[in-house]
Amino acid sequence: MMTENNKPILEVKGLKTHFFTKRGVSKAVDGIDFSLHKGETLGIVGESGCGKSITSLSILRLIPSPPGKIAGGQVLFKGKDLVTMSEDEMRRVRGNEISMIFQEPMTSLNPVLPVGEQIAEALRMHQNMGRKAAWEKSVEMLKLVGIPSPEKRAKQEPFQLSGGMRQRVMIAMALACTPEVLIADEPTTALDVTIQAQILELIKDLQNRLGMGVIMITHDLGVVAETCDTVAVMYAGNIIEHAPTEKIFANPRHPYTQGLLDSLPKIHEDQEELQTIEGSVPSPYNMPAGCRFASRCPHQQPICHEKQPELIEQNDGVKVRCWMYTDQWTAKMVKEEAVK
Amino acid sequence: MLMFIVRRLMQTIPVIIGVTFVVFFIMQLVPGDPAVLLAGEGASKETINAIREQLGLNRPLLVQYFDYLTSVFRGDFGVSLKNSQPVLDEILVRLPITIELAFFSILITIVLGMAAGIISAIKPYSLKDTLVMIVALLGISLPSFWFGLMLMYFFSVKLQILPVAGWDSLLHVILPALTLGAGGAAIVARMTRSSMLEVIRQDYIRTARAKGVRESVIIYKHGLRNALIPVITVVGLQFGALLGGTVLVESIFAINGLGRMIVDSIRMRDLPMVQGGVLVASLVFVVVNLLVDVLYRFFNKRIELN
Repeated sequence: MMTENNKPILEVKGLKTHFFTKRGVSKAVDGIDFSLHKGETLGIVGESGCGKSITSLSILRLIPSPPGKIAGGQVLFKGKDLVTMSEDEMRRVRGNEISMIFQEPMTSLNPVLPVGEQIAEALRMHQNMGRKAAWEKSVEMLKLVGIPSPEKRAKQEPFQLSGGMRQRVMIAMALACTPEVLIADEPTTALDVTIQAQILELIKDLQNRLGMGVIMITHDLGVVAETCDTVAVMYAGNIIEHAPTEKIFANPRHPYTQGLLDSLPKIHEDQEELQTIEGSVPSPYNMPAGCRFASRCPHQQPICHEKQPELIEQNDGVKVRCWMYTDQWTAKMVKEEAVK
Repeated sequence: MLMFIVRRLMQTIPVIIGVTFVVFFIMQLVPGDPAVLLAGEGASKETINAIREQLGLNRPLLVQYFDYLTSVFRGDFGVSLKNSQPVLDEILVRLPITIELAFFSILITIVLGMAAGIISAIKPYSLKDTLVMIVALLGISLPSFWFGLMLMYFFSVKLQILPVAGWDSLLHVILPALTLGAGGAAIVARMTRSSMLEVIRQDYIRTARAKGVRESVIIYKHGLRNALIPVITVVGLQFGALLGGTVLVESIFAINGLGRMIVDSIRMRDLPMVQGGVLVASLVFVVVNLLVDVLYRFFNKRIELN
């Protein structure tokens, strides 16, 4: 599905989103880079608070401001920088060229407007459709996302729909204007497992038909394995590993990614307890000078606490932010490691 | 919806009967004997007794009450003790005046209150917000009799641009309606502001933004319609306070409305008149409450589930 040859439609370069609060500056997203091609699905994974949702909101400039602010970097969409765009131009991108699906289908739809109107609104705005045409298109969209008797459902308010149906409505709304990029922020977290599979299937199916790039934000590695071409693992506001999905699962490089995969329950082993990663995430108000994972890392060395490693591309295309994969990590250190 | 309205109408019947009961017996507790008042000072015991006999005031209370209740349902509110005119005729003259006053007052409450609330909520904690909320606080705190007199003094006596009192033209409506509506407007402003601030933080507002909806459309279409739900309740409650307020405001501005009629009749111990007036005022309140309920369901269709 991935088309390597053409230029990416979305490029994020050195994006920093900080929150300026009374407690100090929270560096929720602190310099991340990635790119997305047409038809590609990029997974952004990480635990709660690692900055993955803030990243997605930053792309559409939906960070509540104040206190949030994009403190640096670029978000290039088809070559144009979204960060410096005027609010009016940005509005024309939102929901039209870049759409978003949110985590909570129960609260993400306006409770007092018929769902058809909520879809039609975007069409009238971005596609200059008349009232009738927009309504017909929104019924068609509901049909496309697999809602039975869409004419009837379009007139209903969200409270008359189940959670799974509401998420379908959200997807219909996001895709109504056939965007080129879809950002799905934990689209299945709030849903039953059976519905989860249906929704993921639906997103994949529509992606194949419409050829859009998808950013799948999730903390569920199962979702990643099922849907993503590439994965960026985030930790404390940074991307610490970025690789094709199969490489991440087959051979995780970063100790955090390794820990993350180890913590999954294993089907073939008789496990009494699940693996955990010792320690906790550093406070976003007070990030360590060195590697942000250093204090929890089983391989930590003095250098890890002194300086933050860069995200460096390996020979096989896997990018990893860890001293272990640099020249500074001497053979001697590795030997000491082995002795321990 | 129709079934709901019919059901709500049925519910008002016991409420109205309850009101007649309360009004009737409270009037019995009020000190002062209407027969004595009617007979005038220095009247003989015989005269007073004759009047009492004539008006049926010497019968047992419960008999008097049921008598009253049955006539009311026949549309007969009795005759005034003061001038023997039918109570209903007097009410029908006074009621439109009070309704007009109440209408303009509630209009001020809604329009002024909501506008101020929205202005505040758009930029919370800004200078504009602070100023509006200070004015609103004043609006709640100022007693209406004082506020009315101040308005009168300033606009009618000093500036001489509005009439002092009376009830002839629309100009006469302005000051009393402002006096009566100000307190409610302040409460509605505060309610709209907090409700709006609550709504603006909701996920669906973020969804609307992510859709590329204009900020003004977000406020008025996505925000306000949700924020209005609690505001409607407050406006409904305010209407009750407003009806009570007409008594004061009509007295201050010498308006011959229902409120003033009730006050004057209480002073005269004109029992049928007071009962009739209070009953009609209660009816108006019941009808307004019904309207509020219907509106509430219109704005919040989720209620239909229950």
